[in-house]
Amino acid sequence: MALEKVDLTRVKPYGDTLNDGMMQLSFTLPIPYGDEADEAARRLARKMGLEEPSVVHSHDLGVGYTFFVVYGKCQHTVNYEEIEVPKVDVEIMSKYEVEDFIKENIKRDVVIVGACTGTDAHTVGIDAIMNMKGYDGHYGLERYKMVEAYNLGSQVPNEELVAKAIELNADAILVSQVVTQKDVHIPNLTELTELLEAEGMRDKIVLVCGGPRISHELAKELGYDAGFGSGSFANNVASFIVKEIVERKLV
Amino acid sequence: MNSKLNLDVNKINSARNAAKNIAEDVQDFIDRHTTSTIERTVVRLLGVDGVDEIEKPLPNVVVDNIMEGGGLPLGAAYWLGNAIVQTGNTPQEIAEKISRGELDITKLSVANDDEIRDEVYKIARENVEKIAKKRDERESYLNTIGEGRKPYLYVIVATGNIYEDIIQAKAAARQGADVIAVIRTTAQSLLDYVPYGPTTEGFGGTYATQENFRLMREALDEVGEEVGKYIRVCNYCSGLCMPEIAAMGALERLDVMLNDALYGILFRDINMQRTIVDQYFSRIINGFAGIIINTGEDNYLTTADAVEEAHTVLASQFINEQFAKKAGLPEEQMGLGHAFEMNPNIENGFLWELAQAQMAREIFPKAPLKYMPPTKFMTGDIFKGHLQDALFNLISIWTNQGIQLLGMPTEAIHTPHLQDRMLSIENAKYIFNNARNIGDEIEFKKDGIIQSRAKEVLENAEKLLKDIEQEGLFSTIEKGQFGGVKRPRDGGKGLDGVTIKDEKYYNPFIQLMLGGEK
Repeated sequence: MALEKVDLTRVKPYGDTLNDGMMQLSFTLPIPYGDEADEAARRLARKMGLEEPSVVHSHDLGVGYTFFVVYGKCQHTVNYEEIEVPKVDVEIMSKYEVEDFIKENIKRDVVIVGACTGTDAHTVGIDAIMNMKGYDGHYGLERYKMVEAYNLGSQVPNEELVAKAIELNADAILVSQVVTQKDVHIPNLTELTELLEAEGMRDKIVLVCGGPRISHELAKELGYDAGFGSGSFANNVASFIVKEIVERKLV
Repeated sequence: MNSKLNLDVNKINSARNAAKNIAEDVQDFIDRHTTSTIERTVVRLLGVDGVDEIEKPLPNVVVDNIMEGGGLPLGAAYWLGNAIVQTGNTPQEIAEKISRGELDITKLSVANDDEIRDEVYKIARENVEKIAKKRDERESYLNTIGEGRKPYLYVIVATGNIYEDIIQAKAAARQGADVIAVIRTTAQSLLDYVPYGPTTEGFGGTYATQENFRLMREALDEVGEEVGKYIRVCNYCSGLCMPEIAAMGALERLDVMLNDALYGILFRDINMQRTIVDQYFSRIINGFAGIIINTGEDNYLTTADAVEEAHTVLASQFINEQFAKKAGLPEEQMGLGHAFEMNPNIENGFLWELAQAQMAREIFPKAPLKYMPPTKFMTGDIFKGHLQDALFNLISIWTNQGIQLLGMPTEAIHTPHLQDRMLSIENAKYIFNNARNIGDEIEFKKDGIIQSRAKEVLENAEKLLKDIEQEGLFSTIEKGQFGGVKRPRDGGKGLDGVTIKDEKYYNPFIQLMLGGEK
């Protein structure tokens, strides 16, 4: 039997056979555990476009709520060929390549100010990019030659971040948003761009944000130059910043 | 106790001794100072509660009035006592008069010292009695409905709304949790007052208020009766109001408090003099109230590396132990902290984590150690995250940890959903039950990876403690030895609330609670 070829204009989930559409999902419904609850979960899955939904597990959460694991066959397809995702369009350099690039093209120290802003108290992201040690074997910006990196820590108000950027004559601002509630990172990120506009600084600075819920597309939408999601390291961010500085003639 | 790690007892004693000297050196400083929040605590413990028309807590109203009159060095007990003698009013009535501008507490004529002290002591004693009663209530619950087996399963709720928190807390207790922590709203640690009343709005957590404490306590007593075990309530005794929160928790029978001697300095940029003085009084209260403190060493590892900086965790545990002892806190209430935070890609990383956890167990045999889950290397891969949490749970049961702060598969994504908590509790219950006595059965190879790692960490911790002993704690923090965070002695928030005590300074609660009758 010849294997069926994937039709990239009509892609659907793969379980163990092409186009079986198989998906797994888990969720909670605010209803008491029992047969009626399972039926409710099944009906919901069907409304989501899953055929032959099967509730393989349900668990009483103790307050009249129930947790489900459900499988079903997705009926919908997507056209893979028409997809275009905006990406940070820059060639990634290593730490040493970034340092050489600064030496040759910028010829002075690059000042980068970073913070985890607003209500967010989680510094994991900004620390991973900025602190000496870095993350998972990738040194942070503090370790880069010709980079002056200032990590302001967590819960920094946007006003304070802008004030610090002015004081240090920063070339770039990094904002990290890790754990956010009720999408508070969106207005918070927007506020920063507005403040920079008001100070007349927006054009003179490279503005970058990052975090697990941030994509480059979202960042662009919010008025940032770039956005970095999970799995980005200091050298990804540094590559973008130094090239942007040269490209926008901010040297 | 037979050491599975073959730890050098002389090294342990030497490290402990250095930590003792470090704490003693700082204790002189503590004994000479008081702070605005300590005096507000005294005001609270003398029975003042409520807010004025602009929502300013009356304890703040009273202490601000004392500070305006330059009277803080004598202590709030002195001024309130004098006002009682002069007016015949209760502390609450006096506070209300001050808030209406009818009384300026430092401008009253001054009675003789003995009379003042007698008046205050009477009230203080009555109120301390109330706290002792709360402790008895807990004892009585533990003796009747009992408690879960250690390691206690500890989960957080963090909705921002106390009523929503209660729903989640009840669900978690029914699923098997032993300790429920209500995460505080962002930046409450930086408020120089404690908000009042029930609250329904907060970011990433819920305001710590006395009423919120009461509501959660009531709800979990109810569920405790239902599920047949006492459910402990935890909150955060940190920030600019450490002793005030301790007093509120003591009055509402909280059971566990995050209460670290250094955390506020390092991670919230609170002035080091302020925190060191505040932590002492807060721990006296926690000690007396039978509250288990949780220290925050795990936080070092979120900023510093768990492999290279493991010894700073141990060193800090030694220091926290000595500070707690100074405040009369028994070892059984010292939930010293540490964490499972090594990069999962390290070959044999599990063995190193095991060494660290077993080492903490052997060095602090009576302490209900608080073990924190992986956070730094959690990703959006919830399936892998669930496995990381499973390994963490295995070490906990193996090394007999006290309080297991359950890891959530969604750690790196959002504050826990209802189902995340259930999955984590099931994970821990399964492993704890399935491997209950693994620690009794397995010994470690002599001079193998595990023993060698523990030896190395202990040696480095002892060396660091000896350095700190020479250098002094304040200068060590100034140099960034803990968590890689540097803090200046006169920097940070809250220094303006620190003052040198007058010779006639009076605080009846230190005497009543520190090593007092329990």
